[in-house]
Amino acid sequence: MAQDFRIPGRGRVDRTKPIAFTFNGRTVEGYEGDTLASALLASGIRLMGRSFKYHRPRGVLTHGADEPNALFQVDRGPGRADPNNRATVVEAVAGLKVSSQNHWPSLEHDIGQVNDLVAPVLTAGFYYKTFMWPRSFWDKLYEPAIRAAAGLGVAPDAPDADRYVHRNTHCDVLVVGAGPAGLAAALAASEAGKRVILADEQAEMGGSLLADLTATIDGKTASAFVAYALKTLAGRANATLLNRTTAFGYYNHNHVVLTERVTDHLAAPDAKLPRERLWQVRAKEVVLATGAHERPLGFADNDRPGIMLAESVRTYVNRYGVAPGRRIVFATNGASAYRAAADAKAAGLDVTLVDLRPEAEIGPERALLSGNELLAGHTVVGSTGGKAVTGLIVAPLSAGRVGARRTLACDCVGMSGGWTPAVHLFSQSRGKLTFRTEIDAFVPGSSVQAERSAGACKGTYDLAGILAEGWTAGAEAAGVPSTRAFAAAPATPTGFRAARVLPTDADPKKVRAFLDFQNDVTAKDIGLAVREGFESVEHVKRYTTNGMATDQGKTSNMAALGLVSEILAKDIPQVGTTTFRPPYTPVTFGAIVGTARGETFDPIRTAPVHEWAAKQGAKFENVALWRRAWYFPKPGEDMHAAVARECRAVRESVGLLDASTLGKIEVMGPDAAEFMNRMYPNGWTKLEPGKCRYGLMLKEDGFILDDGIVARMAPDRFHVTTSTSGAPRVMAHMEDYLQTEWPDLDVFLTSITEQWGVIAVQGPRAREVIAPFVSGIDLSPEAFPQMAVREGEILGVPTRLMRVSFTGELGFEINVPADFTQAVWEALFAYGQRFGITPYGTEAMHVLRAERGFIIVGQETDGTVTPDDVGLSGMISKAKKDFVGKRSLARPDMARADRKQLVGLLSADGRTVLEEGAQIVADTQQALPMKMLGHVTSSYLSPTLNHPIALAVISGGRARMGETLFVTTPAGFTAVKVVAPVFLDPEGKRVEGLVEGGVHA
Amino acid sequence: MLLVPCPYCGPRPEVEFRCGGEAHIARPADPDALDDAAWAEYLFARTSPKGVHAERWLHAHGCGRWFNALRNTVSDAFITTYEMGEPRPDITGGR
Repeated sequence: MAQDFRIPGRGRVDRTKPIAFTFNGRTVEGYEGDTLASALLASGIRLMGRSFKYHRPRGVLTHGADEPNALFQVDRGPGRADPNNRATVVEAVAGLKVSSQNHWPSLEHDIGQVNDLVAPVLTAGFYYKTFMWPRSFWDKLYEPAIRAAAGLGVAPDAPDADRYVHRNTHCDVLVVGAGPAGLAAALAASEAGKRVILADEQAEMGGSLLADLTATIDGKTASAFVAYALKTLAGRANATLLNRTTAFGYYNHNHVVLTERVTDHLAAPDAKLPRERLWQVRAKEVVLATGAHERPLGFADNDRPGIMLAESVRTYVNRYGVAPGRRIVFATNGASAYRAAADAKAAGLDVTLVDLRPEAEIGPERALLSGNELLAGHTVVGSTGGKAVTGLIVAPLSAGRVGARRTLACDCVGMSGGWTPAVHLFSQSRGKLTFRTEIDAFVPGSSVQAERSAGACKGTYDLAGILAEGWTAGAEAAGVPSTRAFAAAPATPTGFRAARVLPTDADPKKVRAFLDFQNDVTAKDIGLAVREGFESVEHVKRYTTNGMATDQGKTSNMAALGLVSEILAKDIPQVGTTTFRPPYTPVTFGAIVGTARGETFDPIRTAPVHEWAAKQGAKFENVALWRRAWYFPKPGEDMHAAVARECRAVRESVGLLDASTLGKIEVMGPDAAEFMNRMYPNGWTKLEPGKCRYGLMLKEDGFILDDGIVARMAPDRFHVTTSTSGAPRVMAHMEDYLQTEWPDLDVFLTSITEQWGVIAVQGPRAREVIAPFVSGIDLSPEAFPQMAVREGEILGVPTRLMRVSFTGELGFEINVPADFTQAVWEALFAYGQRFGITPYGTEAMHVLRAERGFIIVGQETDGTVTPDDVGLSGMISKAKKDFVGKRSLARPDMARADRKQLVGLLSADGRTVLEEGAQIVADTQQALPMKMLGHVTSSYLSPTLNHPIALAVISGGRARMGETLFVTTPAGFTAVKVVAPVFLDPEGKRVEGLVEGGVHA
Repeated sequence: MLLVPCPYCGPRPEVEFRCGGEAHIARPADPDALDDAAWAEYLFARTSPKGVHAERWLHAHGCGRWFNALRNTVSDAFITTYEMGEPRPDITGGR
């Protein structure tokens, strides 16, 4: 397509490097240095999208990050498509496929524009009022239909093909924004020798100076000054320049997060480069030089394609060499639009400027235009046109009265309602804003963090002032205060009169003056919200959705705020402002996620026998960060069959479990026993070395925290085991008490989880399997009873051998140095073949322990369960004066008879396997809501008993033995009988002796 | 993200730490001597001042040591850190 609107000899685009991309399938040509928006305008394309709610035709409004209208789906190839890109910031790259959004069947002919005709009912909060009944229609009909009709782009459905990285860095001074203030600040700070990072969101640094063809700074043109500043900074090793880098979040203690777009502007990027780089910067001092956003003016139909901001017209003309129209009408209430009009005129375009202010109020900017180019004291009451603006309807104002209308024919309108300092980052840093009436804007007031603002973001709009302020801020941030005056000419006129919705002679109820272009919020909507009682600006925002779109109201917030204050007749500071939150502009999920995806999403811990188990075809489950063998299916077996076979092997012969994931802590030192006495409810003083004991650990509130077997290796040394996922918790709990309550105790705590691998050999043949390999330990039942621990060797490897059982069977847990675990395992497995030795996983382990009635912390307990609740009050030493949790157990509530207590449940029909978590009631006929007695905590089909078994916690459960209760199932209630929570071997004979209890999750 | 000044390792990012809540709440020497209300007070009642607050911090993913810190809950500024067992420094201000 020909670039009919390209202005010869103007702009910073590289005319030696033409590029072409497609827009809705049409080829569009441009040059390197163009944005999508400037290239489209150069080809005369003004219609760039349909609005969110009313599907009104929209064109580009701005030239930067604040763009609410021109949002595109951008396709860079498979896995590289993403929606809602602002045409004003995406660089035009050869080969890009770009399409507009929110229309069907096409941008030009959009069925959704029927919404615009029924606009009177689509007012603020319309869906709250309209789609109320019947309630059931909301989820299935109303919401999906509304979402389909009012939408943005299409979310990508393929995995992101790009790579994203994070970088952490420190600096002395971070300067955000490389316009005149930021450049001056960076020059000052880097001259002082400080490590400086200068970040700017645009492809090219320079900010507003890039569109300035008239100003000179110290005798240089604006463009030459930018070149000089950048060259100077590039020559300083202590300065880092980051372009295409947006500072989007300002967090605590000068933690500022930037996202750098590394490859999006390259047609064929090096595959080694990440698409984006997220910079986590910790800066000693920050200079905010983020500039200001121009405000639209409120008048009827101010959203037609071709109507844009005045400074945007200037930028397209001067920076990109593009005429957004040939007959341009500017509408304003201040001085800055005069410069835009004068520049457009200098580019050979036809201009007229309509100023709300009467002639007498207009300052030196008057000289920029000739008499017949200016209509002073005029208001704008509407526009004409359809898919492009064809005229602006204006009328003179005298004594507050709107005079006769006239239509100024045009193909572009540049409007300026003044400026809003970009205080987003300052506000995120928790600084307090103050309101300056003369510029009708909030500016940074008092700081909370080590930062300072300079330039337009502080409400300073004249170039000389901006540069001087930038220098001072940079020098101050560097800790070497200095000032420097810059000679900037010509002087910048800054006259301004606040106006939001322009005076009109039309019926205000029929005027649709858009404030928030992206969310289609009009001045009328704001008025309606206030009339309906939403007086807080935060409420008005949420009710009307003003400022809640992806542009976060950069162009609309102040207008809405001003309007609320006008309607309520309160000063703006009294109305307050909405809260600015990160991100400043949308950030890709990829940048946030970085490398934390796929295999590197989270660390994975594997047990020593993991690879062997994987080769055997084991299925794994996640337990905390561990991957544990879940079950070992043989060909043709499902999980149920495999688990049943594994359980039978343990009950009838022998099984092997990799229990290495158990947490292990060595408690060492002269005061180790005293420390254990204080940490655990049971007594440890009398536990002899060589003996194990079940340890139930409580929090100070008396509730169970964790459990595990504790072996006393020596008078001053305990080998403590914890549940797999509880290990860090238990270690932290112990350290907390040791360091902060009892620093006088001479004890050391060492995590030994990774050092010891653990092989559980369980079943009647367990002793026979290990016997040939063990040396230095007498394995006879007399010499090595249940709950004993011995040190010796297995296969010549040192071992801490424990005779413990979490299955109810005779069993051993062989602790060996982790690196030898697999060798020992393989030897036992080979030798055990004669007994049909069977590796079993965590599922079989759960079933086996449930048959025997052993609890799992986190399954039978939930942080509100006492030892007595699970029938373990026998663990509590009566002799000890104190231990963690003791006093809490003496509270009356801990002894109530109706506490939920652990019981067993048997399904009355002998078939139904209950659902874990299912609720339990006594009477199915009672009125709703029913009284819940408790819930099922564990439930399995027992392969040993050949019927379902379940554990549950039930209010007053131990007094309900034999009762019939009812449990919810997907098919309704099912009857269960309450029994003791032990289904097998209640006397504990299978381990050849008294079982002290179970452990290990 | 806060920058927490570990007295043993220097300033480190917040993700390496765990905040242990209000400091200077010593476990009673003889819990049995407390009535239920007093015990509940020890167990659950914490102050939440606007301004300077004494807190326990653990450099969990660092040196593993607990320390106390004075932090301004309005500005999040760390005013000072000190060892467990030391009395609270007599500082009320701080940015």
